[in-house]
Amino acid sequence: MTGAFRARHRGETHVFEDLRTLLACASPRRSGDELAGIAADSAARRVAARMALADVPLRRFLDEPLIPYETDEVTRLIIDSHDAAAFAPVASLTVGELREWLMAWDADAERLAALAPGLTPEMVAAVSKLCGNGDLITIAAKCRVVTRFRSTIGLHGRLSSRLQPNDPTDDPQAIAAGTLDGLLFGMGDAVIGINPATDNVEACIHLLTMLDELRLTFEVPTQSCVLSHVTTSIQAIERGAPLDLVFQSIAGTEAANAGFGVTLALLAEAQEAALSLKRGTIGSNVMYFETGQGAALSADAHHGLDQQTVEARAYAVARAFSPLLVNTVVGFIGPEYLYDAKEIIRAGLEDHFCAKLLGVPMGCDVCYTNHAEADQDDMDDLALLLAAANVNFLIAVPGADDIMLNYQSLSHHDVMRLRHLLGRRPAPEFEAWLARMGLLDDSGRVPPLPDSAPAVARLIGQGARA
Amino acid sequence: MREDPFELLRRMTRARVALGRAGDGLPTAAKLEFQMAHALARDAVWGKVNFDGIAEALAPRDVIEVTSAAPDRASYLRRPDLGRRLAAGEASKLPSGPFDVVFVIADGLSADAVESHAAGLVIATVARLAGLSIGPIVLASQARVALGDDVGATMRARLVAVLIGERPGLSAADSLGVYLTLHPAPGLRDSARNCISNIHGHGLSADRAADKLAWLVREALRLGVTGIGLKEAAPDAALETTASPTPIIHHKPTGARDHE
Repeated sequence: MTGAFRARHRGETHVFEDLRTLLACASPRRSGDELAGIAADSAARRVAARMALADVPLRRFLDEPLIPYETDEVTRLIIDSHDAAAFAPVASLTVGELREWLMAWDADAERLAALAPGLTPEMVAAVSKLCGNGDLITIAAKCRVVTRFRSTIGLHGRLSSRLQPNDPTDDPQAIAAGTLDGLLFGMGDAVIGINPATDNVEACIHLLTMLDELRLTFEVPTQSCVLSHVTTSIQAIERGAPLDLVFQSIAGTEAANAGFGVTLALLAEAQEAALSLKRGTIGSNVMYFETGQGAALSADAHHGLDQQTVEARAYAVARAFSPLLVNTVVGFIGPEYLYDAKEIIRAGLEDHFCAKLLGVPMGCDVCYTNHAEADQDDMDDLALLLAAANVNFLIAVPGADDIMLNYQSLSHHDVMRLRHLLGRRPAPEFEAWLARMGLLDDSGRVPPLPDSAPAVARLIGQGARA
Repeated sequence: MREDPFELLRRMTRARVALGRAGDGLPTAAKLEFQMAHALARDAVWGKVNFDGIAEALAPRDVIEVTSAAPDRASYLRRPDLGRRLAAGEASKLPSGPFDVVFVIADGLSADAVESHAAGLVIATVARLAGLSIGPIVLASQARVALGDDVGATMRARLVAVLIGERPGLSAADSLGVYLTLHPAPGLRDSARNCISNIHGHGLSADRAADKLAWLVREALRLGVTGIGLKEAAPDAALETTASPTPIIHHKPTGARDHE
């Protein structure tokens, strides 16, 4: 099944030589695809590609892998784990028809969850290219992916957060201060997760122990994570460290994952190791993954695929390991991949949409660097759009300023404001804890507290000593 | 007297904790302080280095101005590949050496860093390198670190030291980095370089950076290596290579490498 794709419009015929060219040309304009030399060279060609893509049968993505089955273990994972029975309701549809199927009112949370194992990353990437931002939000908002460890994440009406108290020197006092600041805003129900400045097993164990002590001091129903390389986490487990979640950055091709120093077998080994600790009280989702468009291209491992399609393939990797959390670090990679706020916002919505359709518990690091054409107002916009799309969790750092990684994300204020504005609540176990700590008012909101409030004195007084 | 718990939090970290609240938002002063920090970073990224001023500061030393193949800042940001090579015809401005050391002052991602610290660092380092032949100082616009490979190869430099503006953070918009490479040639891997980063008012001083750079230059020439091999020989653990010794890439790496 090969052959070129064609679209005719006003007498002009646009020809796309193969499926990957068609997908790349159908993508909204972004700098990474232009850097790779695969973007449509005119606005009309971009829409013509979408017209041709709308007529492609979904089955074609099963018959014609974009990266060969023989040479890429991610392709093998996608093909071998495809669930034909789940696919059956849409098996006869084209990409354009799938968009309308997904938009229809009767495609509800239950039907979308049942469909997920029947969809492949390439199918969801393709249909995303036919969706406007509003479509991406509307469809994703209908999906529900619920995961559990010590808290339940992804329930209807909930918005969780990762508390990210990074410090450039991994100073325990500084990390404790950032953590306490976040807890006072109700942050941290998805995870308290630190990007370590130093990736070695001693530093990892040191931070894990410190976070666990803080969690136990206040009996917080959440989980902690030190975002070290997966091999570091395995060593930490072997040495008896109190490790809740194994973290790893992943990408959508075998070669790009090799650039991260991982294989599917290594991820499986790490998952086994974390499961063996049996630390989850209400569930056993023990993995945490980060992804982001541009990762494969920056490792020269994209196989000519556009950056959004290859990103979606990373979610097939993620879902194979039943993660508690996955998030795209959407604006972190820099302007050569996502140039400005328009590109960052679009990519954030695409990543969330594709992951949710595939059954992945997606969150987002709504963020930007100082050489991207974006500012905090744009992050306000994207965060609001993602919250409307029922994103599982958002990352929050003190004052939106990550002093270790030198980029800006959302602040504790920002995520709390979204909860209050849209009536979203934290994970139920964590919400009950906030109430016990005196951090919620009668309406379930987190009120500003004076320094004399008992909750403040208790958290900071005890936490700073810990 | 009882201590203010929020003041205690502030003392524990440089992070923006205990900012206070105006309802669900920031107090106005904190909001505007953040905007100012971002504005300084943006101005540093989009600022144009006053290379005439730098040439004056370096006088009477010879300087040569070159530009990369990136025609403007927007192209520079979108196309890292263009910032890594000289524009057509620029190589003909450069003498063919040979030299022991060539210094390249590159704008990178912070005009502020280059204007504040680069000339002083070159002068201080050259003063510590008696006996070595130093080429004319190359001033490079729209340049990334690897442009030094093109320049160094053309000038037959044994070592090229690229001083470059680092991607600004909110806490420091004027941070300079230095990348030292032995036998520069196009296509070299980043693991072949040594890096001194965080040179700014509240970071590493220009004098201390000059000490480190001069030590690295002499050791690189003595041992015939830069990169991981030189790091292992260094007595000072603070000397960094640009590549981690293990083949591990993090998804959220420190931002210092964006200008490469």
